[in-house]
Amino acid sequence: MIRFEQVHKRYANGREALSGVSFTIGEGEMTFLTGHSGAGKSSILKLIALIERPTRGQVFVGNANTAAIKPRGIPEFRRQLGVVFQDHKLLHDRPIGENVALPLIIAGVPRREIDKRVRAALDQVGLLSKEKSLPLELSTGEQQRVGIARAVVARPRLLIADEPTGNLDPDLALEIMQLFKRFNDVGVTVVIATHDVHLLDRFGVRRIVLGEGRVTLPAGADPGALS
Amino acid sequence: MSAQTWFERHAQTLVGSLGRLVQTPLATAMTMAVIAVALVLPLLLTVLLMNLRAATDHWNQAIDISVYMKKTAPPGRSQTVAQALRARADVSAVQFIGADQALAQFRSVSGFGTALDALNDNPLPDTLVVTPTLAASTPAAMQALQKDIAAMADVQTVQVDTQWVTRLQSMMDVLRRVLWLLGALLGLGVMLVIGNTIRLDILNRRAEIEVMKLVGASDGFARRPFLYSGVWYGLGGGLLALILCAVGIGLLTRPVERLAGLYGSQFHLEGVGFTRGAAVLAFAVVLGWVGSWLAATRHIRGIAPT
Repeated sequence: MIRFEQVHKRYANGREALSGVSFTIGEGEMTFLTGHSGAGKSSILKLIALIERPTRGQVFVGNANTAAIKPRGIPEFRRQLGVVFQDHKLLHDRPIGENVALPLIIAGVPRREIDKRVRAALDQVGLLSKEKSLPLELSTGEQQRVGIARAVVARPRLLIADEPTGNLDPDLALEIMQLFKRFNDVGVTVVIATHDVHLLDRFGVRRIVLGEGRVTLPAGADPGALS
Repeated sequence: MSAQTWFERHAQTLVGSLGRLVQTPLATAMTMAVIAVALVLPLLLTVLLMNLRAATDHWNQAIDISVYMKKTAPPGRSQTVAQALRARADVSAVQFIGADQALAQFRSVSGFGTALDALNDNPLPDTLVVTPTLAASTPAAMQALQKDIAAMADVQTVQVDTQWVTRLQSMMDVLRRVLWLLGALLGLGVMLVIGNTIRLDILNRRAEIEVMKLVGASDGFARRPFLYSGVWYGLGGGLLALILCAVGIGLLTRPVERLAGLYGSQFHLEGVGFTRGAAVLAFAVVLGWVGSWLAATRHIRGIAPT
């Protein structure tokens, strides 16, 4: 599903975020990207979502080389992807239901179908009753769940999340992670960037550990080796 | 995407963008007022020109051509010329005034009775008063007609005073040119005002556009609500301009008609009219669309999620 080959990323300010990163994530896998802040976790997710382009090396997503995707093709590409952000990135001037509906409206799904799928997605994250509420009327944990509902509403094959539990207390974080696990159980490939070590230990999933822009714990190695 | 979905989406955006404008009534009203003021100036000038043309068309009709025959023309020649002129398509009427009749008229109005008696023969020639048709009342057509008549046998002089008509028409041409220039400049101004308003709107909603792009919106999708805002601005500004224009004409009607009455004219001030009004609205909407398209295309392209 995702393959990085000797990927380097240097930002305009000269900072080298990734220096030769290679790994492969298979279809239907759930993977944690971990490492200290600044280790390159976010850069990897940005490269997957085509928010950034690699300076060198190649990034494959869903068997396609992302270098072949022109700027015009990016919107289409992103519609096949679910993205969850640490700061939720909800639109505060419209209700939860419309926030979740946004990817479907963009994709041109008929209205009746949209309503049905928005309710299904909100039901999955346990927020069906909040459809008409505004984002700021919800707690941080609830807002994060709205973000997840929006990411999955278009039924993507790949779900990526950048520090989805960053602002949450441990119980809420666990709840969110279990939510991701449930999507993974039905076949969605999930990639989560997190530095929440406690949480990692509770999930026996594969992790890719980054340090100073490199993979320090090779992909596929024993996850328990770190602790 | 089905046609129905497409239509639904556009209708929703159209109404949504109007709703957003209504949420900031003062700012929206100000923008529309600026557009209206810019549009009302050329619009009033158009109405002025239109009325001026209507009035001068009327004056053109009053112009006759006087044809003086040679004294040496054989008897009956004047009648033949009159017949020939009546047969022309650009002549609506020819009045024949014989030399004797002319002398009698002159005698009765001039008071030179006794002086005229002292003359041996009638010094006046036969005269034909030619009235051109309405279609041939333009300065160019009148000049052509004058030339034709002058070329006819036994015609001494052809007199027509088209100079003032020519001058008036030239003045109106200049005015029309000024109007186009003014209209183009102010139209550009309207476009810039709308473009700038849309630009600020986009900057205010930068975060929202970023989010939309992150979940897969194309530039076209993100741009659409702004295009509709531009259309609303244009429509609102155009309507306001028409209202201002109607008020202006309403205020002028009575004094203008009183003035015309003093000159013995039935002149009536014409308003913008339905067709012209619709054209003004369409023009304003197009300006709004183009202005917002230029601004939105440029500024939305520059917004990339980070």
